[in-house]
Amino acid sequence: MSRVELLTPEGLRIDGRRPAELRKITSTTSVLSQADGSAYLEHGNTKVLAAVYGPREARRRAQVLHDRAILNVEFNVAPFSTGERRRRTKNDKRLLEMASFVKQTFEPVVITSLYARSQIDIYLQIIQHDGGTLQACINAATMALIDAGIAMTEYVCACTAGWVESEAAIDLNHIEESSDTSEVTIAMLPKSGKITLMQMESRLHVDKLEEVFTLAGEGCKQIHEVIDKTIRERAEDLAKKMQ
Amino acid sequence: MLRQKQFVKKTRSGNVVKVVKEHYLRDDIWCSVETCKACDHSTTVLSSTPSINKLFPRPHYIVPDTNIFMNQIDVMEKSQITNVIVLQTVLEEVKHLSLPIHKRVRDMINNKEKHFHVFSNEHHRETFIEKLKDESPNDRNDRAIRVAAKWYANHIRNLKPEVSIVLMTDDAANRAKAIADGLQAVSVKWYIEALDNNELLDMISDTKELDDGKQMIYEEHLSPAHLSNGIKSGRFFQGKLGISSHNYLEGSVYTKIDGQDGTILIVGRENLNRAVDGDIIAVELLPKSEWRTTPTGVVIDEEEEKKEEESLKAEQKAAATQEDAVMTTATQDTPQPCGKVVGIIRRNWRQYCGFIDRKTVSTAAGSSAPINVLFFAMEHKIPKIKFRTRQAHSLLGQRVIVAIDSWPKTSKYPIGHFIRSLGEAGDKSTETEVLLLEHDVPFHEFSKQVLSFLPVEGENWVVQPEHFNGREDFRQLNVCSIDPPGCTDIDDALHVVPLPNGNFQVGVHIADVTHFVKPGNVMDQEAANRGTTVYLVDKRIDMLPGLLGTNLCSLRSNVERLAFSCIWELNDSAEIVNVRFTKSVIASKASLTYEEAQNRIDDERMQDDVTKGIRTLNMLAKKLKQKRLDMGALTLASPEVRFNLERDTQDPVDVEMKELKETNALVEEFMLLANISVARKIYEKFPDSAMLRCHPTPPSVNFEKLEKAVARMGITIDHSTSKTLSDSLDNAVIPDEPYFNKLLRIMTTRCMMQALYFCSGTITEQEFKHYGLATDIYTHFTSPIRRYSDVMVHRQLHAAIDSDVAYGTELTDKEAMNELCGVLNHRNRMAQQAARSSVELFTHLFFKNKVEEEEGYVIRILKNAFIVLVPKYGIEGIVYASAMVAKTDAAPTSSTTGAETAVVAAAPAKVSQAVLVYNPETDSLQSTEPLSEGQVPKVQIQLFQKVMVQISIDDDLKGGGEGGMRQKLKMSLLKPFIEGISVHGVCNKDDPEAKAFSSSANSDSSLANGTALKKRGGQEEATKRAGKRSKA
Repeated sequence: MSRVELLTPEGLRIDGRRPAELRKITSTTSVLSQADGSAYLEHGNTKVLAAVYGPREARRRAQVLHDRAILNVEFNVAPFSTGERRRRTKNDKRLLEMASFVKQTFEPVVITSLYARSQIDIYLQIIQHDGGTLQACINAATMALIDAGIAMTEYVCACTAGWVESEAAIDLNHIEESSDTSEVTIAMLPKSGKITLMQMESRLHVDKLEEVFTLAGEGCKQIHEVIDKTIRERAEDLAKKMQ
Repeated sequence: MLRQKQFVKKTRSGNVVKVVKEHYLRDDIWCSVETCKACDHSTTVLSSTPSINKLFPRPHYIVPDTNIFMNQIDVMEKSQITNVIVLQTVLEEVKHLSLPIHKRVRDMINNKEKHFHVFSNEHHRETFIEKLKDESPNDRNDRAIRVAAKWYANHIRNLKPEVSIVLMTDDAANRAKAIADGLQAVSVKWYIEALDNNELLDMISDTKELDDGKQMIYEEHLSPAHLSNGIKSGRFFQGKLGISSHNYLEGSVYTKIDGQDGTILIVGRENLNRAVDGDIIAVELLPKSEWRTTPTGVVIDEEEEKKEEESLKAEQKAAATQEDAVMTTATQDTPQPCGKVVGIIRRNWRQYCGFIDRKTVSTAAGSSAPINVLFFAMEHKIPKIKFRTRQAHSLLGQRVIVAIDSWPKTSKYPIGHFIRSLGEAGDKSTETEVLLLEHDVPFHEFSKQVLSFLPVEGENWVVQPEHFNGREDFRQLNVCSIDPPGCTDIDDALHVVPLPNGNFQVGVHIADVTHFVKPGNVMDQEAANRGTTVYLVDKRIDMLPGLLGTNLCSLRSNVERLAFSCIWELNDSAEIVNVRFTKSVIASKASLTYEEAQNRIDDERMQDDVTKGIRTLNMLAKKLKQKRLDMGALTLASPEVRFNLERDTQDPVDVEMKELKETNALVEEFMLLANISVARKIYEKFPDSAMLRCHPTPPSVNFEKLEKAVARMGITIDHSTSKTLSDSLDNAVIPDEPYFNKLLRIMTTRCMMQALYFCSGTITEQEFKHYGLATDIYTHFTSPIRRYSDVMVHRQLHAAIDSDVAYGTELTDKEAMNELCGVLNHRNRMAQQAARSSVELFTHLFFKNKVEEEEGYVIRILKNAFIVLVPKYGIEGIVYASAMVAKTDAAPTSSTTGAETAVVAAAPAKVSQAVLVYNPETDSLQSTEPLSEGQVPKVQIQLFQKVMVQISIDDDLKGGGEGGMRQKLKMSLLKPFIEGISVHGVCNKDDPEAKAFSSSANSDSSLANGTALKKRGGQEEATKRAGKRSKA
């Protein structure tokens, strides 16, 4: 029993949250002037920068699709993002996998047919890592895409939840993630309630899945509120400037 | 809800890493006081009218600091202490310092009657504090405790009825600061003194008061940083200390020396440097010149014991010149590495059962003034413990529990405190409780919570139609069970059906415990913790509640029961054609005892189906057994006895050796077959996490002594494989000594390693081997009612045969499984030892007011004693090889006591003098007369030698006479007669042989030397060694 106690009998998690509480989320958009759209998002100590370029002419002729745009996602983790400095190569399979998750998440949501024969690039950079990278990336990408003015059917909000000790807990931080917790990440279209991504890499008892899943869904809705607020504020800000 | 962040730096082993953690502060952490209206709590823990203490006029809640829990946990557990606020800071510190104490605190918190409330002050907005610059973590925590106490004091200030907060700390500086802050602060001692309760007062651990030594007796321990550096650089060695069961001043550590497994011997009080059995210690090797060769163990010298007593009486002059009991012997053997303890990495202190040394009780009878007394633990390996009590006189002659608090370098003995008294020594129920406690057997009643998981129908539970879901219906089969007489927890039953093709369908049906015990619930946790059912002579400590164990799961005859079946098709020569497993419903046709089954086999007139089945099974079992023996399975022996108890008083009236019948072997063969088949199946499904059982090959060193001894008789033992060993055992027969072979088997058993549970992912497949059974894989499947390992195996097997079964990580988590194996191995070992101790206890009761003369065999030679096994009673005892000779300058008081020895003669003080000396060349004891080359010594005691001994109980010692309450049976040598050691028999004086033996002796029976009865000490040590090895 040398493992860390992740949830005290008093119902507090390691950082003082209760199981169904998200970490503090802060976000802004248009942080990079070079990019067409960009966003910066923090889930507690997990910090992500997202930049969207496009729609623009496709880099390689061979890839061009005549009826829709191609989505290209690149995902990177800064060497300084964790306590121990570690450099990853660009071809790290883990990074490529994450990129493809994000790509799959957005392909059905971005209305690519509007941008035939073009390419949309999403660059994601983890600046600080404290668990829940995938959810942070998806949320940041949503904001950056909106900031870039790319047509989407709806917001995409992602949230993780896992089975901690004997309860479902939401938005796991790094310590909780790394002590063998079963974790589910879902990406949801909050208004329609559709799921565009569901990812789980560890075993979870089927009886517990529903509870974890519902909790993650709740989280998505809460996250939607928060990022929607930021987007609206930015939009209002812009509108004011145009007057 | 306010959230803030805080950054914490933390270093991990090796490189320094900055860890950033979030820390949210909340304002929804409630005070939990019943009358508080400001807080939004739904349930409250702290009662509105907490207790009052003379010191404080108002009712109050206690806020203890960390050290109160660490040092005074026994006091805190008392029912008088209620309404305590446990701060998160304190709880975390306790957890960091000691997990067992943390668990006890948690148990108190869960106990509703204690009203312990955990206040998460670290996450409370108003009580969280940042560490100040230059403030040590300890000071910061002390301040956090004060701040939280202050917050509480303010928070409940205006409540009606009035309540207050009392900060409890033994740190005077902290108290002063608290009082300056306007808080009420108190030390435990003051608080308890104001309660006027002697028992509670005795339980306070007060190291300072007892530690009156001015002189440094021991070397200082090195700092943890120093130790870890030393261990890394190879200068120190880390390991678990095992104290010899014959001498508490000699211990050994099994560790890696220069990359090789080896044992470091630690001899003497100074070198042991306050380490207690089981502690994880750091050892430094002594220079080679100080290494020594020792025989297997040295019985502690009475002389040194006596000196200890004296030095205690004159406590001020702590005898620093204490010699060690060990005599060095110059031999040509390579000396064993010796070392000294330089530091203690983890203590293994627990609570000890034992008794107070009468001689240290110096006050007049009836006095309740506090005095310091010495305590002997029942376990010989534990040093005497000094503690302070006000009830010394009422505790004399009782079994008491004492805990060690500390062992300062100025104190010769560890310092402890009294916990509770168990009752009169020698009383059967008290002694039974002692042995259960000593072996860490959880024996409390099942809690209501556990019982709530039993089927609601209770006794009336029956198999319902829905139970047939996923089960085969075997109710028509002629299933029967064969068990020992009086067995109520029947967990296995058998059947056989001849098949048309000439083969046989054989089924083993095991009680389906897992149908009732679902993973993870309280009943399951309780069973996992108990690990096994413990069988004592007169009672049984169940692993599962009686309703399940003896009724609903028990495969009784003529009722329908759920079972887990293993069905083979065996051909005529008992080879497995195929095997399958299924859950089933059976209705046993007969539950027989071994004897009944045997009679049925033998009785030609019985021709019913069940009997015919048993005969077929018997035929198959014999073939299976032969095959197993051909593979090299061992047939070992143990001197087990059975007591016939008187019905009402449960006192033993007769002893008989356990008898084995053919039918025992019958059941055993099929159980082995089932276990092996199941092991293969679950290993296939769970290659990483199957619960299996292995029996490691014993290392050659275990056999050295035995090989030497039998070589003298022209017998060789080849233990390279179990096959060769089993053959050499079969061949080792001495015609005129029929018991020799049995004896040899008993002694071979003691050379074996302990069989262990393990998780398949943790060791290589080669190590799965079961040496004793000569099989490559093995597990336990057949007794789920009494073993938890079998419950796990049932779950794994169920998951393996039915892919629809939902199971959680409990079956797949390698780490958790490994941990569980560790617990089960420990419980198993303890259960075995407890069972043995129970037999020992009944042996004592049996010999009450009896003197028996019996034949025995020397089975172990020690430095200055030898151990005799008496086959008739299956008991072992030490016979000392040193005689008591009257001392010329007689000491004023007669006082020879001790851990191991008991002297009957009350006459003047005696000094021990070796009559026989140890000869390491022949591993024997011989008389001391000078020998010329080639001459045979007059008297020699050798391994396997047949001797006559007198067994009796020592009534003088019962109840704490002269302090030596630990042992009550003595064994004295009758023949060969050796002057100074032997006693004269009472009944066979006319025996010509005895006369021949004693021809040269002028007898003086008052010179009888007492002997300690230590049953199977050797095996226990082997057990311990095996355990240690598995740790390493």
